[in-house]
Amino acid sequence: MSSLAVRKAAPAAGTTPGTAQGPPLRRRIALVPTITLLLGALYCLLPVAWVVIASTKSGSELFSTFTFLPGTGFAENLSDLSAYRDGVYWQWMGNSALYAVLGALLSTVVSSFSGYALATYRFRGREAIFNVLLAGVLMPPVILAIPQYLLLAKVDLTDSYLSVLLPQILSPYGVYLARIYAAAAVPSDVVEAGRMDGASEWRIFTRIALPMMIPGLVTVFLFQFVAIWNNFLLPYIMLSDDEKFPITLGLHTLLEQGANTPALYTLVITGAFLAVFPLVALFLVVQRFWSLDLLSGAVKS
Amino acid sequence: MPNTKRRRLFEIAATTVAVTLGATALAACGSEDDGDAQSGPVSLTYWTWTPGMDKVVDLWNKGPGKKEQITVTVKKQASGDTLVTKILTAHKAGKAPDLVQAEYQALPTLVSNDALADISGEVGDAKGKFAEGVWQQTTLGTDAVYAVPQDIGPMMFYYREDLFKKYDLTVPMTWDEFAETARKLKKASPDTDLTTFSANDSGLFAGLAQQAGAKWWTTEGDKWKVGIDDAATQKVAKFWGDLVEEGAIDNQPMYTPAWNKALNTGKQIAWVSAVWAPGTLSTAAPDTKGKWAMAPLPQWSGSENVTGSWGGSSTAVTTDSGNKEAAAKFAAWLNTDGEALNALAKESGIYPASTSAQLSGAFTTPPDYFSNQADFYTQAAEIANTTAPSAWGPNVNVAYTSFKDAFGAAAKNKSDFTAALKTMQDDTVADMKKQGFEVAE
Repeated sequence: MSSLAVRKAAPAAGTTPGTAQGPPLRRRIALVPTITLLLGALYCLLPVAWVVIASTKSGSELFSTFTFLPGTGFAENLSDLSAYRDGVYWQWMGNSALYAVLGALLSTVVSSFSGYALATYRFRGREAIFNVLLAGVLMPPVILAIPQYLLLAKVDLTDSYLSVLLPQILSPYGVYLARIYAAAAVPSDVVEAGRMDGASEWRIFTRIALPMMIPGLVTVFLFQFVAIWNNFLLPYIMLSDDEKFPITLGLHTLLEQGANTPALYTLVITGAFLAVFPLVALFLVVQRFWSLDLLSGAVKS
Repeated sequence: MPNTKRRRLFEIAATTVAVTLGATALAACGSEDDGDAQSGPVSLTYWTWTPGMDKVVDLWNKGPGKKEQITVTVKKQASGDTLVTKILTAHKAGKAPDLVQAEYQALPTLVSNDALADISGEVGDAKGKFAEGVWQQTTLGTDAVYAVPQDIGPMMFYYREDLFKKYDLTVPMTWDEFAETARKLKKASPDTDLTTFSANDSGLFAGLAQQAGAKWWTTEGDKWKVGIDDAATQKVAKFWGDLVEEGAIDNQPMYTPAWNKALNTGKQIAWVSAVWAPGTLSTAAPDTKGKWAMAPLPQWSGSENVTGSWGGSSTAVTTDSGNKEAAAKFAAWLNTDGEALNALAKESGIYPASTSAQLSGAFTTPPDYFSNQADFYTQAAEIANTTAPSAWGPNVNVAYTSFKDAFGAAAKNKSDFTAALKTMQDDTVADMKKQGFEVAE
């Protein structure tokens, strides 16, 4: 309620700069959302700050020194982590990268095909397919992991790279997003014009529609990348060979080593800290495509 | 008798599978044939969470395994209840590995799902190498043998030797003395606690109940009997509940940064734990190295000498294995061969179940953290010998979860522990009935 009132008040204050009440009102307006956002930012960033600082602490400093006091053991933690079982951590990192990059890429391709088809072609059963997809969006992927395992076991694909990749290629949410985006960003006039000029459907898709869909597909790629990078249960059920583990699973095995072995907290914290970097880097790189999204919207209208 | 029991277990397994999987047709549950044709080289997979196990298995692959043409591959897993679920899921697809590491309390769950093979024919001779109470956990009271014991966690009392002297405390021999010690310390230093009651590891409470003589799961004919709310466990629950209520001990959970800090700074000066405590203490309280000592667990009466166990695991062969005989051979070697046990102690830091290994090799000198107590392992072996038998059932995980919730809340609110125990009993019985087990009231 209060935010609605604030929104209404804002243009009023802007359009009548002469009134004496203008400036103090505006200041009060900015305060509430700013504080809310700051609290939100604090809530999100505090755990990150904890991981960053904790990863610099050596084993003996971890629980004994003040929480937000940086430690002295980062280099040591890093070398311990790299040395753990002949550098299996980097193998996990590589596996995660493979699953996430390849999986997200293939998923984006599949989503773009099906999203475009669902948006531009009218065919019998289109709505039915779309409704099934919507149901898939509502279904948490977690509950599919065990049935997927049993299915892949029938074709002897468990404990392989494919067993983790295959189930993540078809993302209902990705297809849904691609369809919504294609319907909004690819005008049917443009597709018609392409047909008039004698372009094949494939050519229309790759040369005309695909470039228009890029910003939406980048979003699909990002979502899927993050989902695969953070996925735990599917690889947990599928894989038994720890050389194929992604990073989530690897760090879990470092924590759960049995009652008589202390959990390797420093290694896990340092490992979790490093595992955030690829995601941060990805978002920084991909931001450019999102600003392109705004531009294309402006041109269209 | 064992025959009907086996069939009964299989029926139970079938029901459970049907319940959990809905309509999935359970065609052939693993290969039931006994004709393990042992011709040519055999390769086995082994799911284990023990760190350094790959190095121990290398010894087998280069030594006896090479001679017998049996190669074992380690696939390292995370420990815990989730691993049991993973094994059962794999078993439903007929794809469980040949060998699995399993905690003792998980064995009934695995057996009732028909996931573990009876290897009594192959490893029956090993019985004499283990304490009776330990071996009994792998047979579930039948003539079958479902696993070979690997490591055990006999419970002990750990205390800060220097601070006990400072506060003029003596090491308690009975639980009554333990309570007195806690009160005396509170008087001498109000912000120091003897120890804490923590509800975040159910194994600790199970071990304490076991010491008091509790039998949580027993069978009566074809029916299960759940005795979680029995007199012995009630005694234990009331004892700790009273201490928490009067504030004689702390009620904060263990294994938290705050707990580590309390141990490291001498705010908590004792810990009821098991033989593996030195490893935990060396990370939790690194600054107090050499200041701790170990003693037997306090007893319920002066004339008794028993302890419970907390932790420990075994090596089992699955029904999915196509080479059960070879797998059993490896399981027996791993847990009874001197060289293997030495390597397990050195590479993995486990405390062996095999009685002969408890005083040899790595166990002739005390753990580094306890360098001040020269006879650490001699005492440990004596204590291990007094381990009370345990009685695990097919849904220990449910009882454990219920314990964490009910006792966690009771400890936090300093409320009635015996009511929490009743909740634990009711939850466990209700779940067993839901799973299709017959439970005697």
